[in-house]
Amino acid sequence: MDVPNLTKKRIKDYLEAGKRFDGRKLLDHRNIEIEPCVSNNAEGSARVKMGDTEVIAGVKMGLGEPYPDHEDEGTMMTTMELLPLSSENFEYGPPRINAIETARIIDRGIRESGLIDFKKLCVKKGEKVWTVFIDLYSINDDGNLLDAGALAAITALLNAKIPKYDEKQEKVVFGELTTKKLPLTKDIPITFTFHKIGKAIILDPSREEEEASDTRLSIALSHGKKEIMVNAMQKGGEVPFSQEEIIKIIDAAEKKYKEIEKELFDKIEKNLKAKK
Amino acid sequence: MAFTKRPDGRKFDEMREMKAKVGVVPRADGSALFAFGDTIAIASVYGPKPLHPQHLQDPEKGVLRVNYDMISFSVNERKRPGPSRRGQEISKVTEWALAPALKIDNFQNTVVDVHIVILQANASTRCAGINAAALALAHAGVPMKELVSAVSIGKVDDKIVIDLIKEEEDYKEGEGSTDIPLAFLSESGKITLLQLDGKAQTKKLKEIIEAGKKACEKVYELQKKTLKEVKGE
Repeated sequence: MDVPNLTKKRIKDYLEAGKRFDGRKLLDHRNIEIEPCVSNNAEGSARVKMGDTEVIAGVKMGLGEPYPDHEDEGTMMTTMELLPLSSENFEYGPPRINAIETARIIDRGIRESGLIDFKKLCVKKGEKVWTVFIDLYSINDDGNLLDAGALAAITALLNAKIPKYDEKQEKVVFGELTTKKLPLTKDIPITFTFHKIGKAIILDPSREEEEASDTRLSIALSHGKKEIMVNAMQKGGEVPFSQEEIIKIIDAAEKKYKEIEKELFDKIEKNLKAKK
Repeated sequence: MAFTKRPDGRKFDEMREMKAKVGVVPRADGSALFAFGDTIAIASVYGPKPLHPQHLQDPEKGVLRVNYDMISFSVNERKRPGPSRRGQEISKVTEWALAPALKIDNFQNTVVDVHIVILQANASTRCAGINAAALALAHAGVPMKELVSAVSIGKVDDKIVIDLIKEEEDYKEGEGSTDIPLAFLSESGKITLLQLDGKAQTKKLKEIIEAGKKACEKVYELQKKTLKEVKGE
């Protein structure tokens, strides 16, 4: 069901007065729940909830050929399935632009942060390397599937184990995981998508807010070697941002990253330990 | 070697622990989760709502439309996301399994959409899917005459076992493994799903159906209990 124009206008009026329907401040997240290891058959997995929005992520691995220009590096692929189960607005069929874009933004954040040490995923130079598949599924859409998906993806990576490889037969023994973790660095990206509604800039929109949104800017940041780095950015939507707005958002993203980083990583670690 | 013991230690007529819960997809009109052990299905229902494209509409009654799919990491070797021939067939038999329970004749030109997603698979996924879907339909308030309960009965070697797991499905010795998914209507006791894959003697088949009926009664009890616990929203 589409959000009526009247509601959209109401959202705008509220935001102008600095208020949101659910009482949050403009840059507040909804309650975030992170549950790692939710699948027996995945190499790594996670469920993330932001308010009522729910996404699950699974990591599967397979063997493939490396790219000719990176002969000794593993590869990765991220897909997002916007399940019709999770919203009336999603339909069956090949992924549409919305799902493709979401997956690609999440993919770039992870790839560019250097979280995965691809060199360690080489089995035989030029011939055989591991491919890391990150598959995301929406379970309930109440807005901001992108940020929830990105968080689910990194949580799934953090608990992923490499499957057993039979060297004699040169194939993967699916269903048998080694105790070896996926080679990861400390550069864990977090993605924030800011939406502009009227003059207001908000974070973590609900579905109604998302539909009232004029335009958005996604930013993935990670800690990098010394300082915080922006790993991916994407503007989406027709309405342009002013330069000041972009700068304001980048600053807000860095501030938010610092604010939330420890809390989120602690949460992931704590919940991971609880699963063991 | 004959099949004398189940790999997970269950008795031959013992089901895995079942789990049922409604309201797992708040956005949907109705939704539910159903699990047989580590086989987990969720289902959501949208509708009745106008059916598009229009030429699919039935001016005489409402239409039920089911889609079943597994997520890529529900199985050991990654399943390519998106529709498969297997999924399409299961969607259809599930539709046939559920439709007789519904009373949507008065909802002309509309569709009730049921989406089933398998989160984790260890055999019996279509049965878990049907059980979840029946709960989701009831949770959505779609008019129903009765509920639908499903279970998968197996014949492993010459033994009848209830609620197969993957390892039993793959049993190769003796008479091998046969998988018979069954669904029953809760009140009339009619069978709405029956498939068979493998080989079974007719005499055994009769026993199998009887065993299926008994097992489905247990499923039904859990479904009923779960629905009774729903608080008015």
